[in-house]
Amino acid sequence: MTIEIPKEKWAGKVREVTLGATSADGGTRIRTITLGGQAAMPYLQFEAPAPHPPCLALEIRDRKPEDWSQLLSQIWGEAMADPAQWAKAAEEAGADMIYLTLSATQADGKPNTAENARAVVRKVLDATALPIAVVGPGQAEIDNELIVPAAEEGKGERMLIGICEDKNYRTIVAAALANDHIVQSKTPMDVNLSKQLVILIHDMGLPLERIIIDPTTGSLGYGIEYGYSVMERLRLAALQGDSMTQQPLIVTPGEEGWKVKEAKVGEGVPAAWGDWKRRAQDWEAVTATALVHAGADLIVLRHPDTLRRVRSLVDSLLAPAA
Amino acid sequence: MALTGLEIYKLLPKTNCKECGFPTCLAFAMKLAAKQAELSACPYVSEESKAKLEAASAPPIRLIEIAGDDGKLAVGNETVLFRHEKTFYHRPGLFLRLLDTDGPDDLKRKAAEADAYKADYVGINLTLDGFAVEAASGDPAKYAAAIAAVRSASKKPLILMASSPDLAKAGLEAAKGTRPLLHAANAANWQAMGELAKAANVPLAVRSESLDGLAELTGSLTKAGLQDLVLDPDLTGYQDSLQRLTLLRRLALKKNFRPLGFPIITFPGASGKADETVLAAEHIAKYAGFIVLEKFEPASLYALLVLRQNIYTDPQKPIQVQPGLYEINNPDTKAPVMVTTNFSITYFSVANEVEGSGWPAWLVVTDAEGMSVLTAWAAGKFDSERIAKAVKAVGIADKVGHRKVIIPGQVAVLSGELEGDLPDWQIMVGPKEAVDIGSFLKATWKN
Ligand code: B12
Ligand code: SF4
Repeated sequence: MTIEIPKEKWAGKVREVTLGATSADGGTRIRTITLGGQAAMPYLQFEAPAPHPPCLALEIRDRKPEDWSQLLSQIWGEAMADPAQWAKAAEEAGADMIYLTLSATQADGKPNTAENARAVVRKVLDATALPIAVVGPGQAEIDNELIVPAAEEGKGERMLIGICEDKNYRTIVAAALANDHIVQSKTPMDVNLSKQLVILIHDMGLPLERIIIDPTTGSLGYGIEYGYSVMERLRLAALQGDSMTQQPLIVTPGEEGWKVKEAKVGEGVPAAWGDWKRRAQDWEAVTATALVHAGADLIVLRHPDTLRRVRSLVDSLLAPAA
Repeated sequence: MALTGLEIYKLLPKTNCKECGFPTCLAFAMKLAAKQAELSACPYVSEESKAKLEAASAPPIRLIEIAGDDGKLAVGNETVLFRHEKTFYHRPGLFLRLLDTDGPDDLKRKAAEADAYKADYVGINLTLDGFAVEAASGDPAKYAAAIAAVRSASKKPLILMASSPDLAKAGLEAAKGTRPLLHAANAANWQAMGELAKAANVPLAVRSESLDGLAELTGSLTKAGLQDLVLDPDLTGYQDSLQRLTLLRRLALKKNFRPLGFPIITFPGASGKADETVLAAEHIAKYAGFIVLEKFEPASLYALLVLRQNIYTDPQKPIQVQPGLYEINNPDTKAPVMVTTNFSITYFSVANEVEGSGWPAWLVVTDAEGMSVLTAWAAGKFDSERIAKAVKAVGIADKVGHRKVIIPGQVAVLSGELEGDLPDWQIMVGPKEAVDIGSFLKATWKN
């Protein structure tokens, strides 16, 4: 008996988006990263091999964050105080990309400024030759104030900038248009909202080859299943040929996984939660693993060990079908 | 896969004799397709047609049940490839592998420790499902003793891992009174293993690296009269797992391919080629039925059990708690009053935090249709009107002497409007995250 392998034939595929620009394209990055291009559900190599590996990014901040887990501070140590050092450390830890989040305030509590944003982006671009992302703190006014100068400073580097949301995308998209960047388009776990925002951004003149969808990530135990299913639905729609869903997907298991009590708190928790360090790292790794299988293309992590674990997962998934 | 009325009609006698109680064979076929009639109502249907119809109505992935001295587990009977298409029904069992070479005392200790494992996740009690006891010694007497030792420490279901018929026999004997899964039959021993499983009426796993090999084994065993089978595709890493598990699920659901329509057992840590926790997470998301772990590691187990819960949640119904008034730490008339939503994750984050802080408190759980604070707020299900209504409905005013109510920090914007809707109450804005409730009360609650 020889069983016939059931293969799906899809009409569509995911659009390719390239991050970073080398000197050949007017940038200073040592390499570019292309995402997307899949013509099958995640990692079904027997059906249609995925042309590009997913990008594993490490998140850094413009200054030492106050609310990150102590376990992360232990790992990154002194480097957290200086974005250039931190970017270098993240590169050494094996990141494909540096994902820089700008804070709402500066270390002295005063609001963050355009000059500072500019200076930090410059520092990071000088410290690492990897492609980078720069996003704001997630408050519309401050985001606009910081991302426009950041985008100008990195003009031509094809950075990922954001975060575009329905109430706040115009300024960021304009900055991407003017300075040759890619945008992160975020909507709260809904296929239609996700398409709508892509359409709005595209209507402003930004090519679809420069939009990445952020479907919103929920952590393990705190809503992961909603994002997981929205990603599967987006990917199925993309393969069925629905053009506005054919963007690569970005997820943030680092941020979400490290925000929850399981990762943050080491004392006074149930014994069944086990060893704190292990639990915290597993929380991020298991969240990321599930999302890799739901179709994540760009995975933003916080802990270098998680990066290592997810790297061996995706390397193996991408090996040619046996 | 269910047959249509017309497909069923083709298998009926087509004589329209009416004895089934319907005017025509076609009418009867339509009722059968709608599951509003029983095939037995037609006395003339041929044996061959009967077999075809019965086979077609069986679920594409067989439901397999195993049982311990106390406690059961059922896996299989899944109907979709992606959870949003309907839901995943039967959570895969998580088992811990134990070796008979450890000796009875060690085994008892290990089994007792893992058996006692219990984690609470949003009011759901998460535990390990059972033990896979392996006859690593090769000695039937040692194996029997090991099973007895595990049974003395745990009443959970067992998987008997025995590589030869005489070990299997000793194991089944020692497991008498329970319904374990026997693992595993292969091309060399399937006849003897099949006889043992049949005699003991227990499900049997078949093991082969290839899909063809698996289908041949299940084909032979089905012919020998066994129906309760489990597939062990001998998975070792991330890629072979994803591919074979996906193909098996597709063949069962899309092709209704009976020889592979059984639940699947995996051993994510066995090959050492993958990170056990990461591969087990993959197996949970992608279609495993029984997952056997090598290590008992509470932190990782907790993460895996929560993932399993999340992936198997019905996408149509968020897990929720009953709206109403909840008492935490025996509150009295001076205890703080807090409002939250009836989404389970939200409620338990808050309730566990308050309980842990030692503060007695009243929790007013509003009916927010099972949504989190911000989701419900954005959807208009957790607005000032609803909160005011809930505060009045639960009669909290009669239970406390003060008039202060704490709202979640995430919906601080509601405080102005709430002052209007609850004129007798002082609205206090709590912290954004439940973790900070204890310190918030310490700083602000002076009663
Ligand atoms: C999962 C999720 C969903 C799920 C729903 C899950 C559910 N059952 O609620 C789905 C996908 C269905 C969904 C839908 C929508 N969502 Co939604 N969703 C989320 C997500 C990712 C997580 C929410 C969650 O579960 N949090 C965990 C729970 C435990 O948090 P919580 O309830 O806030 O409780 C915490 C605290 O508030 C505090 N707390 C709770 N009670 C109390 C009480 C007191 C007294 C105190 C002191 C503290 C306290 O303790 C808890 C732990 O710290 C968030 C984004 C994010 N990452 O946070 C968006 C988010 C909440 N959603 C959002 C939106 C807009 C929507 C939609 C309106 C989108 C749309 N137009 O379709 C819909 C609305 C639903 C509808 N119309 O049916 C927005 C809200 C934006 C805003 N500020 O208004 C968010 C913030 C995403 C975003 N950034 O845009 N969503
Ligand atoms: S009893 Fe059977 S043969 Fe007679 S009408 Fe009904 S289905 Fe047809």
